Amino acid sequence: MTRAARWTALSRAALVLLLAWLVAFPILMAARAAADPAALDAFAHRATEWRALWGSVWIAVASVLLSAAIGVPLAFLFEWLDFPGRKTLGALVALPAVLPPFVGVISFLFLYGESGFVSRAVQGLLGLSQPPWRLQGAGAILLVHAYSMYVYFYLFTRAGLAKLDASMLEAAQVLGAGRRQVLTRVVLPLIRPSLAGAALLVFMTALGSFSAPYVFGGGFRVMTTQIVASKLNGEMGLAMVESVTLAAVALLGVALLRRTERDDILVALGKGTAPRPRRIRRPLVRTLATAAGWAFTVVLLLPHLTLVLVSLVPYGTWTTETLPPVVSFVNYHRLAAEPERLAPLLNSTWMAAASTAGAVMLGLAAGQLVGRGRPGRWRGVIEGLIALPWALPGTVFAVALALTFSAAQPPLRFVLVGTVAILPLAYLVRSLPITGRALLAGFRQLDPALDEAAASLGAGRWGTFRRVTLPLVRPALMAGASLAFVGALGDFVASIVLYTYDNRPISIEIMSSLRLSEMGIAAAFGVILMVASAAVLAVGARR
Amino acid sequence: MTYLALQQLRVRFSPTVEIGPVSLDIAKGEILALLGPSGSGKTTILRMLAGFEAPQAGRIAVAGEDVTALPPARRHFGMVFQHYALFPHLDVGENVAFGLQGSGERGAVDARVAEALRLVDLAGFERRKVHELSGGQQQRVALARALAPAPRVLLLDEPLSNLDPTLRERTRRELRALIQRVGITTVFVTHEQDEAFDLGDRVAVLQHGQLEQVGTPEDLYERPASLFVATFVGRANVLKDGAARALGGAPGEVLVIRPESLRFGGAGLAAVVRERRYTGVAAFYVVEAESGERLEVMAEPGAAAVGARVQVTATRAIRFPAA
Repeated sequence: MTRAARWTALSRAALVLLLAWLVAFPILMAARAAADPAALDAFAHRATEWRALWGSVWIAVASVLLSAAIGVPLAFLFEWLDFPGRKTLGALVALPAVLPPFVGVISFLFLYGESGFVSRAVQGLLGLSQPPWRLQGAGAILLVHAYSMYVYFYLFTRAGLAKLDASMLEAAQVLGAGRRQVLTRVVLPLIRPSLAGAALLVFMTALGSFSAPYVFGGGFRVMTTQIVASKLNGEMGLAMVESVTLAAVALLGVALLRRTERDDILVALGKGTAPRPRRIRRPLVRTLATAAGWAFTVVLLLPHLTLVLVSLVPYGTWTTETLPPVVSFVNYHRLAAEPERLAPLLNSTWMAAASTAGAVMLGLAAGQLVGRGRPGRWRGVIEGLIALPWALPGTVFAVALALTFSAAQPPLRFVLVGTVAILPLAYLVRSLPITGRALLAGFRQLDPALDEAAASLGAGRWGTFRRVTLPLVRPALMAGASLAFVGALGDFVASIVLYTYDNRPISIEIMSSLRLSEMGIAAAFGVILMVASAAVLAVGARR
Repeated sequence: MTYLALQQLRVRFSPTVEIGPVSLDIAKGEILALLGPSGSGKTTILRMLAGFEAPQAGRIAVAGEDVTALPPARRHFGMVFQHYALFPHLDVGENVAFGLQGSGERGAVDARVAEALRLVDLAGFERRKVHELSGGQQQRVALARALAPAPRVLLLDEPLSNLDPTLRERTRRELRALIQRVGITTVFVTHEQDEAFDLGDRVAVLQHGQLEQVGTPEDLYERPASLFVATFVGRANVLKDGAARALGGAPGEVLVIRPESLRFGGAGLAAVVRERRYTGVAAFYVVEAESGERLEVMAEPGAAAVGARVQVTATRAIRFPAA
């Protein structure tokens, strides 16, 4: 073995150990704690537990169906038909992705909640003495899920349709297939991997969703809220049983959906030109389509607009009116002026930056060590470890980390719970799949001949990395890092389990502002999160 | 006088795929072609020279210095890759300057970049983006980049395979003129005989990882060392038994006869003309002997018509013992 090969083997082993400690070890600790007869017994004999489990599963499945019902037709509409405003609207339709989940939830509260904007308007319009509805229970959760998750189906389906080869559709037509047959026998089978990918993503997101059930659940329980409740009640054993059960359901979902996603036949067939969008010819239909598109976009934008509006309402000035009587920037001013309010902004920023930097480093190490060339034993292990946090709901990871780092057992366990270190660590683990996946994909696209060219021109290992590899994976790095940063900045799931007063992040501050009925402050935080997220994502998407 | 020496190089990928042992002596300033069908091991030998593959046995020496264990970065060999491997994030000038880093101050580097680009006829192309260039220009940038650090040996992997067929012949001549002007010892890989003959001072023919023959193009064509070389290099009719004897072969001999060494007339092999392919200066005739063998004959365009009964004689035959 040459020196370089030995160095590579050692680094790979070190990376595997580090990832195993970060990712697999806490899960194993949780599994061990879950193997507690008393806790298992409590879980098995409480009807609320089974109901919560069932709630999680059916909410996840219903979220997939609802999101597909909205996202897939929209994708066909924007990809295949041409009408005025198609480009702009097509981009705006993806907007809910910019809203951090927790911020999305509170905007829904401001919009459709009992004293929300729309509810008040309806109440005033109809002269009702009571709000027309209560935004609570399974229906409210599904509404929020459908709103925020159809984007996955929309984007995936559009990407799948864009990859289609127009000549394939023409071939089907020449062979006598009608429009309907082309759709069912050619298009849908070809974009099936995209649909399965979106379904998997929505299923996992909905199964792990915490903010919506936490805020809107009321008496309706799901596993994620159940886990946090058990932990707060001090029933750590029960929380672990719940976590492991939810993790098992998640892994089962991944296994089932992964099978359909895997064989992407389009890749094998090479590229052609995608079908061009067809202009709608009849003027009436075109006007209707355009109007419907704009109307839909307004509905999509309402939560964002409401958030902005509420953030401009000073404390105690908006009581029974339909529209707020006073608007000013006083809330933003307070955020900047009061150190107590500024702290969460700074906390979230540094923790998101630190965790993103860590996740990017690990992603780069993985890419450099196993990202290129033939798949080997190491690549499978490292890719698996990096992907694992994605396959498990955030709550599960949070409580597993809380358990693992609540005792000292060097060199594997340290007391981190109650310190400011645990939260960035949790963010880092949660970011790993995003940065890792982006970077590994970036490394896979590198032409190995470029490395060899650099070597033949005298560049060493480090020189090649710095001068060739890094600039070439930069787009992937920026994309992964921006997603990770935004995820950490707006995180609520891990934060509520692991925060301390000294590093309380924005989402926690929003929650406590809501408890104090300081809607304006909560909304101002939300707007800042939303704008910061959009800005970071825009930077990350730049080539 | 040997400058670049390959001594008993051997590498084994699996029990059935083994390359070598290969030994080659290459003189300073010589251009050597590695010619063979795909899978013959020619690219592997080139990659061993560059340092990207490690031989399991044997030795590579340049000017007496053993470089077998040296990493690619320290060999001072220049390489042009099959798909050029230009760095997409750098412009033409930065690509060419890549190997010059740390070899002097900015002005000196710029001057060497300009010099290298002038050499390949791309003076003033420094600030162009590589993806804006045509295939031929990319190839020349790759060449300039490889030559800029003044390497000891130039390695070319299928240098012309990515070019338009119409461009290939011209580029081939330019490439040869350029290499001779620089005077650099060059090893290149190709699977095309034309390219090997046009560009190489000597040609090494490989098959199944073994060196079949090394020699000048004339050696290979006129005096092939094996039946494989005789048939791989140039057009060849391979004749056995009756047909061979009718054209002057002894019993137990296999004859290899080039189409231009066959002619119509005299008392030789009786055959019928089945096809005629006109190429301008001459025509190629496919004739079928009574025993069923098909031969290719090069003759004047009006020498025979399709369907005509002819006699074929050989002016020259290369003889091999039957296997």
